[in-house]
Amino acid sequence: MSIKIKNLKVYYQTLRGDVKALDDVTFSIADGEIMGLAGESGCGKTTLANSLISLYPPMKYIEGSVELDNEKLPIWDTDKMNAFRYKKISIIPQYAMNAMNPTRKIGKMTAELLESRKVNYKKTKPELLRRLDLVELNRNVLDMYPIELSGGMKQRMVLVLSTLLNPSLLIADEITSALDVSTQKAVSEMLVEFRNRKIVKSMIVITHDISILYQIADTILVMYAGKLAEKAPTEKIINSPIHPYTKLLISSLPKVGVKYSERKLTGIPGNTPLLLDPPSGCRFRERCPVAFDKCIEEPPFIEIEKNHYVACWKEYGKNA
Amino acid sequence: MLLAGRSMVRMLKLEKVSKNYRTGTFGGKLLPAVVDVSFNIGDGEVVSLIGESGSGKSTIGKMILRLLNINSGKITLDDIDISTLKGAKLKNYYRDVQGVFQDPFSSYNPIFKADRIFTIIRQEFFPDVKDSEWREKVDNALRAVGLNPDQVLNKFPHQLSGGQLQRFLIARALLLDIKLLIADEIISMLDASTRVDVLNLLVELKSRGLSILFITHDLSLGYYISERAIILYRGCIVEMGATEKIYFNPVHPYTQMLMSSVPRLDKKWERVEMELKAKQTELTGGCVYYERCKSPYKCEKCALERPRLREFEPEHFVACHFIE
Repeated sequence: MSIKIKNLKVYYQTLRGDVKALDDVTFSIADGEIMGLAGESGCGKTTLANSLISLYPPMKYIEGSVELDNEKLPIWDTDKMNAFRYKKISIIPQYAMNAMNPTRKIGKMTAELLESRKVNYKKTKPELLRRLDLVELNRNVLDMYPIELSGGMKQRMVLVLSTLLNPSLLIADEITSALDVSTQKAVSEMLVEFRNRKIVKSMIVITHDISILYQIADTILVMYAGKLAEKAPTEKIINSPIHPYTKLLISSLPKVGVKYSERKLTGIPGNTPLLLDPPSGCRFRERCPVAFDKCIEEPPFIEIEKNHYVACWKEYGKNA
Repeated sequence: MLLAGRSMVRMLKLEKVSKNYRTGTFGGKLLPAVVDVSFNIGDGEVVSLIGESGSGKSTIGKMILRLLNINSGKITLDDIDISTLKGAKLKNYYRDVQGVFQDPFSSYNPIFKADRIFTIIRQEFFPDVKDSEWREKVDNALRAVGLNPDQVLNKFPHQLSGGQLQRFLIARALLLDIKLLIADEIISMLDASTRVDVLNLLVELKSRGLSILFITHDLSLGYYISERAIILYRGCIVEMGATEKIYFNPVHPYTQMLMSSVPRLDKKWERVEMELKAKQTELTGGCVYYERCKSPYKCEKCALERPRLREFEPEHFVACHFIE
């Protein structure tokens, strides 16, 4: 097991109380697994990513453990995490387009970055050049300023930078959402290539675009309002989802070949609950078409068949 | 009915419209953003304008809304050249044509309540309407976009969700009883679950006779909603026609590449070699897609002569020398 997360709780501190953005989350990712993380905005996707790598206030660690390659990560301690950050666990942040220092040439910036991690730039350079070839970037980008690169090129440059020290886990947070379809495809396929070449062991790919996850992810984890709803192999989530939220989410996606005149899609009625004071029990209860009395209690996240985890009272009985 | 009481068949027509932007330190260089674009939008028709970033799709929308001047060509609404409109006539044009843009949050002033956009409309266009009558008009418009007036009026923008704000803007356009809506990427900032609701709203408005120019980079959304699609590349129309024909029988190499890279839920990408964006080199006389084209028929003619848009089959036009 590459990464194991157990009962992780991370809240946001506000003047009106704690926002329970990540509430009792337990799952694991195997070696070589690309896990897609899907859900609506505000469901805790980015909170999960950030708490694994940079847990700063107003984020507040409550409890839970994170184990990477059988080693406990001190995620609550920003200084101790320095030993792991970038080397063992790395992130391509949502704002990757603007992640590079605009006043430095890219090569110089990379050197400074490596120095700060006490890694010799000269020794790493041959590998850096090989990686640039791998993502089909011209080697002379190192003598360019970030402003000279297009969005797709910047995204690929950040991909190279984030993975230069072969981290065990790479988190890619919405890295394709600002790109055009053709560049989107190229960048997504590069992520798979990096895994296949064992440059990174496993990956968490966060996106709201489930069709991209279908293309590249091995498993998909669906989150709803700070809780896990369902985790299963990609095919299962797309073709035979079990949790009512996943079902509604998948069926609301417009697809090429579906026209309003032939099949009218429907959205999910209602809004996501406020996480400042979330409702007790299943958080999807109020919008759920199949909710019943039992849903007032909180459903545990249970493995109902191999590698298929669901948190829904309605479904436990069926398979038990 | 908000859109009732119309008799004339309306038509927006673009004829060989071009737009150049000035770039460089002293504006000495010209960047052609839109090149000789011609198409029309009929009554109650939804047309998708599809292209990557930098293809000029938003520029076209802004030119129709008179937010940008055109360099050459003509845009007409019912045979009236819109660039000649001034004063009262221009105001009348805006009664008919309105736009809604990508980011609903930046369309509002955060200091004021969100329904101020309706008050402004009233001051500008309906100064004589009575209070009670106006209130009813607003309520009707909000119901038409699927909002409950009691829940959404008198709130600040931050108290409403992105989907609600976006619907507010559409309701604002409806108050004017418009004929044509320029919808520029209005879905892309919304969540999957609210996305479909806004799309369905557009479909419903269309059935009441509203024409829509639906600008998007998301091909599956374009398919869901429109009868006709226009594929734009570097300011030129490369393919245009009935939606089904373009999606299931793309002829231009660019459209084919685009269709094969759409992430889909029923089919996985085959491993194909990477397509990278060509540098924005200056447009020469040849085909705009020349540098990236992978077609086996690519030849010298493509580099020298720009292909015209020709009819490939009924309701299907392609700009490529080799469409047979």
